Amino acid sequence: MTIEELEQIAKSVQQENAKYDYELNVCMDLACASQGAEKLKDALVKAVEESGKKVLVRRTGCMGPCSHGPLVRVDPQETLYSKAKAQHAERIVAQLGGEPVAELQCELNEHFDSQVRVVLENAGYIDPEKIDDYISRDGYKALLLVLTELTPNGVIHRITESGLRGRGGGGYPTGLKWGTVAKSHGDLKYVVCNGDEGDPGAFMDRSVMEGDPHRVIEGMAIAAYAVGASKGFIYVRAEYPVAVARLTTAIREARRRGLLGNNICNTPFNFDVEIRLGAGAFVCGEETALLASIEGKRGTPRPRPPYPAMSGLFGKPTLINNVETYANVPPIVRNGGKWFFNMGSERSKGTKVFALTGKIANTGLVEVPMGIKLREIIEGIGGGVPKGHKFKAVQTGGPSGGCIPAEMLDVGVSYDALLKMGSIMGSGGMIVMDDTSCMVNVAKFFIEFCMTESCGKCIPCRAGTAQMYTLLTRICTGTGTMDDLELLEQLCSTVKEASLCGLGQTAPNPVLSTLKYFRNEYIDHILHKRCPAGVCNMESRVEVVA
Amino acid sequence: MSAYTPPPLPSDDKRWKIVNGTMRKNGFARHALIETLHTVQSSFGYLDDDAIRFVAHSLRVPLSQAYGVVTFYHYFSLKPPGKHTVTVCAGTACYIKGADKLIATAEKKLGIAQGQTTKDGNVSLMVARCVGACSRAPVALCDGEVVGEVSPEQMIEQLERWTVE
Repeated sequence: MTIEELEQIAKSVQQENAKYDYELNVCMDLACASQGAEKLKDALVKAVEESGKKVLVRRTGCMGPCSHGPLVRVDPQETLYSKAKAQHAERIVAQLGGEPVAELQCELNEHFDSQVRVVLENAGYIDPEKIDDYISRDGYKALLLVLTELTPNGVIHRITESGLRGRGGGGYPTGLKWGTVAKSHGDLKYVVCNGDEGDPGAFMDRSVMEGDPHRVIEGMAIAAYAVGASKGFIYVRAEYPVAVARLTTAIREARRRGLLGNNICNTPFNFDVEIRLGAGAFVCGEETALLASIEGKRGTPRPRPPYPAMSGLFGKPTLINNVETYANVPPIVRNGGKWFFNMGSERSKGTKVFALTGKIANTGLVEVPMGIKLREIIEGIGGGVPKGHKFKAVQTGGPSGGCIPAEMLDVGVSYDALLKMGSIMGSGGMIVMDDTSCMVNVAKFFIEFCMTESCGKCIPCRAGTAQMYTLLTRICTGTGTMDDLELLEQLCSTVKEASLCGLGQTAPNPVLSTLKYFRNEYIDHILHKRCPAGVCNMESRVEVVA
Repeated sequence: MSAYTPPPLPSDDKRWKIVNGTMRKNGFARHALIETLHTVQSSFGYLDDDAIRFVAHSLRVPLSQAYGVVTFYHYFSLKPPGKHTVTVCAGTACYIKGADKLIATAEKKLGIAQGQTTKDGNVSLMVARCVGACSRAPVALCDGEVVGEVSPEQMIEQLERWTVE
């Protein structure tokens, strides 16, 4: 494969597409699929055949606003139809070239206008199972560019220059990590992609792996060239069977095109990728636990150093990055580090994909430049809290994150700002809560999660989370005391300080952040035996009164 | 490399050949343990003692280690699943939108706790950490198919449909 051949493929795809007058792009992501997108697509294909019009019906990855699904985009007009069902297919096809079907037309300008799509640039435009579709949108161009024109150091320089930070949540500078692995000595090095999206309420990585799998593979191949690795592993949750299938197809196609394997692009560079399935353990998102799991062991973390960059998978130097981090690499290489550096806020560059869910009108995937105000995401892009309820908090960072109250919504989103507010960026789940959510109960929910997901290796996390859960249960049932609250706060700091890995160190965050911003709710539960949101069942209060 | 002869298959059930295939593909290496257990579970539906023994023996992994791995990961099941399985997602978005009520409804209707199967082996009630369909919360998987925005009434309807069969 050479750049010329790649351009030839892109050209032939464009010529093929030019044969059609219209394109009907049907979103087939999980949310749309669960609302009948499959039937819709079949009906559209049938309607097109019957009409005799030249129309290309394409299945695509997630288009974003899942709550409006199933979604269909008519190109080149870029008309977006929402809640389209199989029975609408004939009318959609009949109206091509005429006035759009008014009742299905979806006005989401405010939703899309403030988004900037880098990672999701292909989502909704390509068929994820067709490598040629990806190539036609500049796919694998970055890899070939890197192999033919840049030295490994040149690649690392470009990534460093971009200011890209790890998108898994930690925010470690990606260029620095690559540089460390590149400098590590060893004849064999590994590149690992962390696709163990364990945060409940987050599905960005699933959508990227399902909607644009080649982007992840290309990012990994570029990373492998930069650090001198020849073997890669993608660790994916077993709960994501579609992602596994799409990645498997993508790897096979890439091998067939000579973009994975030996002597890629007639250079001495060899690289191949294998998929490893997770098995439902949240702690495996932690890098050393993930490596243990790939080795076929229980996913328990180990103390660092040595860092995986020195001694990782099978004791070899290993580079681990998140799905979204790798997905950012091809556009950075193509457009240059400066292009990326110019987006975002002072210390957080580029864009971030968020999964916007919970009590919000437009649920789905959004990609926004770093530094954007939370209010803009929730009220503008998200369309605010529906059904006349009042916004209470937004939870970011999953079980390791915290709840951000209404008065902090004007803060710009960045790694540092979120940390300062007592939450974290995390992988990108953003769950909106309204006045029907009890913050003490939310804290209990997350502590229960961490308690069951604790691997049990270190005591502060194993025993600490269990004790915190007991205390929170007491408070939620109206039997808690102010002493319990004090003990809870002490436990939080102990678990945070003394735990071995990220799971334990961040487990108290949901409690600490709700205590910081919603302390009155805790007090209400304890002193007045009352749950302001009416969520907690204060059975014991009845007993006390009786 | 010295020749390694893996143990004979436990029975002439064809599914063991699939399991053996996974191990052979990985050169009977120890790190293939989780991969192989996945194959066993997808072929047989669950992991029983015979299967764990066979895999551990074939990969030369101590039985304690194999059992440790099986019990560590939530995805592996030691009990056979029911004819139908309903999996309620208990991720954060689903929790906020009332997944706990769905679980309680199903538990009451089936008369079993989460993680159990009805006595007649008809329905298993499972709870998932997050299936990644958060935008359609609350979500349930009915025999693997994603159903979004499930109400307790719909849950009862679905369970009744299965009981009638």
